[in-house]
This record gives sequence, C-alpha cells and structure tokens, in this order.
Amino acid sequence: MGGGRQMEFLQQMINGLSLGFVYALIAIGYTMVYGIIGLINFAHGDVFMVGGYFGFFAATMLHLPFIPTLLVAMGGAALTGVIVEKIAYKPLRNSPKLSILITAIAMSVLLENLVRLKMTTDPQTYPETLLPAHVIRFAGLSIDNRQLIIIGMSILLVVILQFIVFKTKTGKAMRATSFDKDAAALMGINVDSVISITFAIGSALAGAAGVLFGILYSSIDPYMGIMPGLKAFVAAVLGGIGIIPGALWGGLIMGLVETFSKVYISSSYSDAIAFSILIIILIVKPSGLLGKKTREKV
Amino acid sequence: MKKEFRNTIILLVIGVILFLILSFLMDTEILNRYYGRIVILICINVILAVSLNLIIGITGQLTLGHAGFMSIGAYAAAMATIQLNVTFPVALLLGGVAAGLIGYLIGLPTLSLKGDYLAITTLGFGEIIRVVITNIDQLGGGRGLSGIPPKTTFAWVFFIMVFTILIIYNIARSSQGRAMMSVREDEIAAEAMGINTTKYKIMAFVIGSFFAGIAGGLFSHYLMYIKPEQFGFLKSVDLVTYVVMGGMGSLTGSVLSTGILTILPEFLRFMNDYRMIIYPIALIVIMRFRPQGLMGTKELSMKIFDKFSKGSDEDAAFKGK
Repeated sequence: MGGGRQMEFLQQMINGLSLGFVYALIAIGYTMVYGIIGLINFAHGDVFMVGGYFGFFAATMLHLPFIPTLLVAMGGAALTGVIVEKIAYKPLRNSPKLSILITAIAMSVLLENLVRLKMTTDPQTYPETLLPAHVIRFAGLSIDNRQLIIIGMSILLVVILQFIVFKTKTGKAMRATSFDKDAAALMGINVDSVISITFAIGSALAGAAGVLFGILYSSIDPYMGIMPGLKAFVAAVLGGIGIIPGALWGGLIMGLVETFSKVYISSSYSDAIAFSILIIILIVKPSGLLGKKTREKV
Repeated sequence: MKKEFRNTIILLVIGVILFLILSFLMDTEILNRYYGRIVILICINVILAVSLNLIIGITGQLTLGHAGFMSIGAYAAAMATIQLNVTFPVALLLGGVAAGLIGYLIGLPTLSLKGDYLAITTLGFGEIIRVVITNIDQLGGGRGLSGIPPKTTFAWVFFIMVFTILIIYNIARSSQGRAMMSVREDEIAAEAMGINTTKYKIMAFVIGSFFAGIAGGLFSHYLMYIKPEQFGFLKSVDLVTYVVMGGMGSLTGSVLSTGILTILPEFLRFMNDYRMIIYPIALIVIMRFRPQGLMGTKELSMKIFDKFSKGSDEDAAFKGK
C-alpha cells in the first residue's frame, strides 16, 4: 500500500511540474518586463491566450506539426506583445505608474474581446493530433508523454533564454538597461528597442506556454489567460520579481502547490491555498524568495 | 467659517437639489426603470470608488482587493436581513463593520509591504475571500445567495453616497488626512516627521473597507441575488480604473469618472459586440491625453467656491500642487 501511495505522489509530482513549467514560462515574461521598466504587464495573461490561439490556427488550418506550431505561436505572441508595448506603454513612459496600469488593463480587455469577437466565447478543442498521447510505463509509473515533452520543451526554452540574456550582446544591453536606464542610454544602447525586444522575448515564452497549456488541458477560450496569468504573476512575485530564476522557481512552486493541494487537501480550496502561501512568504520575506533585500536610501 | 464646513454644507445642498431633480425624473418616468437602475448602480460604484480613493489616491497604497470587502459587506448585510431579521440600516452597518473588521485583520500584516507587493497580497486576499465564500454552503456557495429582500431604494443609495463623499472629504482635510497624504508623498520623510505611518495606512484601509462593505450591502439588497463571481478580481480592477481615471486623491474626479465609465458601456450597447472593444480603446485614449486622470489631484468646483469667499488662502498652497 505504501508503494502505491508513493507512486501516486510521484505521478502528482509530474502533473505539478508540467503545470509549474507552464506557469514559469508565463512568469518569466512578467519578470523580464518588470526588470526592465519596473511595471507589471497586466496584458501578459492575454498574450499567453493569443499565443494559444495562434498555435490553434497553425495546427488546425495549416496542419503544422508540433515544433512549427510552437514557433508560429511564439512569433504571433511576440508580435502581440510588441504591439501592446507600443500602444499601452511607450506613449505613457513618463506618466504615473498607475496610469500605465490602466492602459495595460485596457489592452487586456481589448485582446480578450477581439478574440471573443472572432472566435466566440465557446472553448475550442485543441487538436489531439498535434501531440498524440502515449502512456509511457516506467517503474510502475504511467506517465503521459505529453507531460514529459512539455517539461522538456520548457527547460529547453529557459536554457535558450539564459543563453540570450547572458551570452549575447542583446542580452547584455537588456541587463544594462534593467540596471540603469539612463546610464545605458548614455553608453549608446537604444533603450526603446531593448524594451521592445524584452517584450517580444517575454511574450514569445508566454505564446509557447499558451500552446503547451492548450495541449495539457485540450481546450482554449478567450478568457483562459486570466487565471493562469494571475497565478504566473503571483509566481513571479513569489520568486522575487525582476529575477528570472526566481520566476522559474516561483512557477514550479505554484504548479506543485496547486496540484498537491487539489489532490491531498481540497480541490475547491486549491487557489486559496496557493494565494495563502504567497502571502505568508511575502510577509516573512517581502522581496520574494530570491529577492535581495534593498535598503531604502533617502 | 471654516472652509471644510462651508464646503460640506454646499455639497449637502447640491446633493439635496440633485436628489430632488433625479427622484422627480424617476417618479414621472422621464427616467424609466432602466435608467433608474443605471443611476442606482452609479451611486453604489461612487461609494466604492470614493472609499477606494482614500486608500489609493490619498494614502497612496495600491490595493487590488476592494471587491473582496464589498462582497463581505454584501453577504454579511444579506445574512443579517434574512437570518436575524434586523432593519435595513442595521444590516448595512453590520455589513460595513464586518468588512472593516476583516480589513483591519488583513491590513495589519500586509500594509508593511510596499507598491506591487502590497497590490499582489491584497489581490491574493480578495481571491481568498471569494474562494472561501464559494465554499460556504450557508451562503449559497457557488450557486449564489438568493431571496434577499429588496430594500435598497434610490433615496437610501443616494444619501449614503452623499454622506460617504462628505465623510471622506472631511477625513482628507483633517490632520489625519494630511498624515495619510504625507505617507503617499514620501513614507520615509513622513516617518522622520514623527508620523506613525502604519497606523494611518491601516486607518485608511479600515475606513475604505467599511464603506466598501456598506456599498456591498446596498448592492445585495438592490439586486436581491448575489454570487461570488460578481466580486472577483475584475471588479476590483474596475474600481481601480474609476479612481485612476478620475485622478488620484480627487473625490469629484472619482465621482465624475465613475459616472462616465458606468454609463459608457451602457451607452455603447447599440454597438453590440463592438461595445467591449470601444470601451478599452476609450480608456487608452483618455489615459494617453490625461495620464494624471480627468481631474488630476484637484477638486471640481473648488475655484467656484473660492470666488464667494475672497481671501481664504489657507489652502492655496495645497491646491496649487
């Protein structure tokens, strides 16, 4: 019996990890944008949703296989992200922070309703042929191959991101801009284009997450970005907003907590439990798990 | 005569005149039931926006869980009427006190956080409140609570709205209000001046929650049916939009923007599906041209009042900001 319970635990662990990686991919976008302009991109959850729809079209109308579908979704989401930046953020860069919050929220409502107008509110079934389900039996575990692919794909994307941020010139410019925008501009970095690139990369990851989420839950709808977006946002804050590895850990924690509390505590309270953990962590460590304590200077 | 007192009287008079006009229009059916409904919803939203303005605009603490306190008031007041059979004002008061109490309990640990971290914790608490209510069967759970007696009339809503505005206006101009504003302007400097910043943040939070609870009570006794989804994250976001659009700290701005933003979606109804596309575009356009909100930090009609009393310059420095 004890063995069975252990198997169940491992099984849930894999469920939690695959969900957690999806959250992590979205959370990375939040954290990158925050790191560079110090603002929460409220439309990010909807960029994730738009990515899901781009993937849906690529798979159903163009009949593309998995990897090209993912690339189409990432490209579409990146474009959407840049448009959001150009409309909601760029013209108001010197305005009060809360005004930008409102334009971002407005963009979020706009994206949801544009998709709703084109697609109706009914959920669309994600094509199963995109990534056919196999059950892999391994040491008494039966694992859905799609979950493994989702986990693997996410890890690959995070590695690529780390490469971009730490090994390329663009990445260096991004880090410089996030460190000090004015000094970066003085060093000849085009801050505007760096900000756009940051939005594009973060949105591309969210777009990939949209496709993976569609595969994981096999349906998408215009409002699917709200809750995962909110949880990914929580994950980004949990890990310490502005820090990319923090978003990864935060996403994984959120995914695992949600999955385990659904199975072992109560399915209807799982959201409340996830938020409670966030609040407790923030009260104990206000800058997030990996956040550095900054001392305020007068 | 003190400026605040004079303005209070003027506002009260304007309120009574406006009430008489509106109730005349409603009684004679010039404003039909549909418009009457919009007017009542505007009044409820104004109470919420003005109380939120005390927290966000005047004290400078961004909270994204205001709808949660509204839901506590809505459910508490509804249960008080259904189960305890108390009179309507007592039920409203109970709703407000319940929301204020929870606001105190939540504010105590969270208000030491700043900026986005405070926003996300209040958002979290708002969601927790919603999930907890969804799971309480006695409150109807996810199905919602029905059978609430319709006790909210136009007179109740309107005068509670006027009193809320007056009370918050006077709080903002009191010494406590100035302390709250100093927290908004620079928390460290305020602390250095000997202001107990945590105390004033909690005070603003509790007062704001109290009025949100009262608005919730009015809401539930008007619609007669409430369910947890009505008080979700999106409702809180709507309320923040009213405050920011009106201008941080400007109460008349909040009233104005709440009116406009409540009417706008109704007015756009003839566009059917395009309605919710025009609405966000309108928001973006307004914010682009008035990033500081419709009124900025100023109050409407202050200048008009000043013409009547020459030489009262004590607030000139404040207004000039």
